[in-house]
Amino acid sequence: MIAIDDISALSSHYDLVVVGAGPAGLSAAARAADLGLSVLLADENPAPGGQIYRAVTTTPVVQRDILGEDYWLGAGIAARFERSVASYAARCTVWALGPDETSPGAFELGLSLGSKARMISAAQVILATGAQERPFPIPGWTLPGVMTAGAAQIALKSAGIVPAGRTAIAGCGPLLYLLAGQLAAAGTEIVAVLDTTPRANWAKALAALPDFLRSPYLAKGLKLMAKARRSLRFVSGVTGLAAQGDRQLSGVRIVRGSTAETLACDTLLLHQGVIPSVNLASAAGCALDFDETQHAFVPRVDAWFASSVGGIAIAGDGAGIGGAESAALRGEIAAFDAARKLGRLSEAERDRQAAPFQAELTRRLRGRRFLDLLYKPAAQFLAPPADETIVCRCEEVTAGQVRDAASRLGVTGPNQMKAFLRCGMGPCQGRLCGPTVVELIAQTRGTTPAETGYYRLRPPVKPVTLAELAALPPTDEATKAVVR
Amino acid sequence: MFRPMRERAASATLAFSFDGQPLTGRAGDTVAAALLANGIVACRETPVSGSPRAPYCLMGVCFECLVVIDGVGNRQGCLVPLAEGMRIETQHGRRQFGEDAA
Repeated sequence: MIAIDDISALSSHYDLVVVGAGPAGLSAAARAADLGLSVLLADENPAPGGQIYRAVTTTPVVQRDILGEDYWLGAGIAARFERSVASYAARCTVWALGPDETSPGAFELGLSLGSKARMISAAQVILATGAQERPFPIPGWTLPGVMTAGAAQIALKSAGIVPAGRTAIAGCGPLLYLLAGQLAAAGTEIVAVLDTTPRANWAKALAALPDFLRSPYLAKGLKLMAKARRSLRFVSGVTGLAAQGDRQLSGVRIVRGSTAETLACDTLLLHQGVIPSVNLASAAGCALDFDETQHAFVPRVDAWFASSVGGIAIAGDGAGIGGAESAALRGEIAAFDAARKLGRLSEAERDRQAAPFQAELTRRLRGRRFLDLLYKPAAQFLAPPADETIVCRCEEVTAGQVRDAASRLGVTGPNQMKAFLRCGMGPCQGRLCGPTVVELIAQTRGTTPAETGYYRLRPPVKPVTLAELAALPPTDEATKAVVR
Repeated sequence: MFRPMRERAASATLAFSFDGQPLTGRAGDTVAAALLANGIVACRETPVSGSPRAPYCLMGVCFECLVVIDGVGNRQGCLVPLAEGMRIETQHGRRQFGEDAA
């Protein structure tokens, strides 16, 4: 691995640029470099691992069993990447991806590192931008003291810090139970695990149960669940949540059917599954489809994870949630195909080398459907019923405002909604409100998320300063455009 | 809000300030993690209503951890590693003109 600390040390062109250093990106970059491609792996974070293997090479957590053996698998993936000849730019933000006007079929990428921007080109691109937590809009979720369960896990992995006071964990999904176990092992005082899994989901998930029973998820899941249920106060059947407090969290109101109680706590961790991070893919023009099972917009990809834009592949959870092990396999498979497209592998050779990874991927994804169906969030946590609930955290737009604009003003989609309410126009660029705004519009108008569509996303997908853009070397075309 | 877990690998200690208050943090931590570990409740006030906000996702997605670092506003605290002598300040509402004139 060649570490790039200064943006001037980047080559102006790579065979392949991989975005994101989680399991998919690390595996794709290492495989492609081994196949003889010139590879750059760009990642925003200070160290490899993505979120699931966050800080796996640098974590201050010394007691290995706190994070569990699955976490440490990431060390092997990172070590293999470090042995490769790929270039690696940490703390590097990719804020634009589009066609390279000077070279047909190639791509131009805008990158920032150390407060300096640069444009480089690539023949092939693999986006391994992973997943983010599904927004969990409840009244009071903007109060300091409320954060995502994933955030607490990142704090634990990367900084060895844990919530200091009484901590409640609310939501549903395998990661919720994993985190509860990890935090408890690390010494956090967990006052309750508030499970919002709708009871009706069990019936829907039942058809997918046989596959789950034969899947690698089963043993892992049962262990997590048993551990959390054994040692923690577990409240199931939660149908409503509200964070309470004045300028800071003081408690959480819990509704279970017709009964309600308030639980005092200092930290409330929210989680209702993860969804693909689609901003960069979508801004690059990759088509998205609404996946009903995962209940999220997912980029359209083929069996090699090629997107609808020729030359851009999407590997890992960014192309649909499959988990860490499957992400690494999808990275490998996308890299074989990139080598084939660049003429470094014949089609037959690509197929032969990728076959064992594809077989293992099929095995790894078995049982996923059961989890997706069982942990699909309840309608009231996707589209908050209380009008005062903030939906767009950046611009402080409420659920009531969105509903009102959709019904009274007849706003039909999220892009029109932006023009009326500014939702999605703050610094997070819709990452924390997009799914909820779509859900609210669909619900109000009696349509579906698929029909409602998603925000139109454009570069820069991450903020970049004007000073950085102004310092970019001018191209001949740019000069000609303004000099007469 | 957060505290170090009992067993944590040793690391150098860095001195920094938050709104003028001298604090210390662990080398290797991000700005957002260092603020949480020091019990800082809120790191910014929103441009719309001025309500207090704290880091929410810690993975670069939510932009709730925006702070002013060494005079430069709108920095994502969860992506910036803490450095010795850093001057970190609450971001009050919108970024102000002239903040980073120096």
